[in-house]
Amino acid sequence: MISILKNFKFWFVFTPYFWLVAFFFIPLAIIMKISLSVSEWGMPPYKDILAIDEVTGNLIINITSSNYTFIFSDFFYLQSYLNSLSLAFTSTLICLIIGYPIAFYVAKSKPKTRNLLLILLVIPFWTSFLLRVYAWKVLLQGNGILNTILMKFGIIAEPLSLLHNHYAVILGVVYTYLPFMILPLYGYLVKFDLRFIDAAHDLGSRNINTFFKVILPLSLPGIIAGCMLVFIPVVGEFVIPELLGGSDKLYFGKIIWDEFFVNRDWPVASALAMSGILFLIIPIVIFQISYSRYNFKK
Amino acid sequence: MNKFFLKYILLGIGFAFLYFPIFTLIIYSFNESKRVMVWKGFSLKWYAELFKNEQILEAFYISIKIASISATFATLLGVMVGYSLARISKIPFRSFFIFISTAPLVMPEIILGLSLLLFFISANNLFGLPSSKGQITVLISHITFSVAFVAVIIQARLISFNKSIEEAAQDLGAVPNSVIWKVTLPVILPSIISGWLLAFTLSLDDLVVASFTTGPGANTLPIVVFSKVRMGLSPEVNALSAVIMLAIVSIAIGYYIKTRNKSDVN
Repeated sequence: MISILKNFKFWFVFTPYFWLVAFFFIPLAIIMKISLSVSEWGMPPYKDILAIDEVTGNLIINITSSNYTFIFSDFFYLQSYLNSLSLAFTSTLICLIIGYPIAFYVAKSKPKTRNLLLILLVIPFWTSFLLRVYAWKVLLQGNGILNTILMKFGIIAEPLSLLHNHYAVILGVVYTYLPFMILPLYGYLVKFDLRFIDAAHDLGSRNINTFFKVILPLSLPGIIAGCMLVFIPVVGEFVIPELLGGSDKLYFGKIIWDEFFVNRDWPVASALAMSGILFLIIPIVIFQISYSRYNFKK
Repeated sequence: MNKFFLKYILLGIGFAFLYFPIFTLIIYSFNESKRVMVWKGFSLKWYAELFKNEQILEAFYISIKIASISATFATLLGVMVGYSLARISKIPFRSFFIFISTAPLVMPEIILGLSLLLFFISANNLFGLPSSKGQITVLISHITFSVAFVAVIIQARLISFNKSIEEAAQDLGAVPNSVIWKVTLPVILPSIISGWLLAFTLSLDDLVVASFTTGPGANTLPIVVFSKVRMGLSPEVNALSAVIMLAIVSIAIGYYIKTRNKSDVN
């Protein structure tokens, strides 16, 4: 036993193992438990799953699936989940369309310019996320810069209400998550051998053809990595809809927040979080495992 | 020629999009007026207000403190995870270990925050620990989600670097522990540093998880800023953005000059 304790491998494995079980796995198990319990007034605002009846001394099991049937039967929750998925999908696509040419040209610059451009790309990434969202709140105000410029040029007569709608949310998401798309794309494109393009040209391929048949397939791992890095956090995004969004569309992250902090319905908030894990995390994990297996086979 | 222009126009638009909002914030931080968007003349008034604002200063101090402690612990644990996954084959319930060490990467912050808060409340009901929410609970939460990010960086480095170097050291008579200290550790040191920096920024930038797990005396900078800008604009926050931007740009310039000199030597 003492020899095991002296072995550094034992400590290397079990210190983080213990930490992650205690502070990551057990908390998830607790949300699972609370999502199955009955809510009631009080603190904590739910009944314990196992309780002992004070009169008869019998063990009572309070388990219910009603929190889940409640969120699945109310179209409000489903709608917010779909809103978040469509927000994540739209903004991932826009990030890809804007980010790809930038990543491509930065990767193809001369090494000296490339380092400078890369630092310029990383600076916004290191700047506070919250402050970058706030910057758009300033820009999109009724008397903000964009409205002032548009009015000066006579394009519009009255200030547009640019803030507090889902377009502002998409803009904010694209802006804050763009570096997450560009950096992995850059990582793959910089390793890409330019001679492939020349070879395709020599063999008579035209520019568009070369792009779709040579460059795009070879950068696919970068595209998938970038899309994952944008899509996944955006589905649960709370801050951007809260600062830039309005009441036209509600999102998944905001619903969990309100259910917990405003309605104080812990079981329903937990059930929402669990269904988020079920419909978001599990499909992504399955996709990644099958994608890496597919790559391995190739 | 056409291609040349296309490249610079696209890059120009891309970088303008990235920098325009930040620069607007910096310009308006010098605005005299209390109403953020109405220009009334140049002034450093909001900077003076910022450095007198004790709430912001204290939050800044708390944030830096939590970020540096959590980055250090997360790097320690992350190096252990990365090393275990890349080099140790006998791990009990290996796939479960892989799951709990990578799942935080794809877990939405809001779910992570909620689960940790409910965990702290349950632990308090059962064992009386943690006795109250505060800096310690924010710290534990930040360590927990940063470990996965550090582990990924370390693991990638260990997989890409040739195991035969470690084996060669062993063949030459180095005992396993000294292989770790004298061969493996120096090779992965740059990844350890970038892991620490990533964990530091993740903690410094986090609003959602901290909002769930915070308590009295643990208002981090993002929490204070968020409460200020949630309902409207704040000229002090403009000044704060400019200060943060200045700090990051000077670090970036320093880094650029250092790496440029290095590549000149090579």
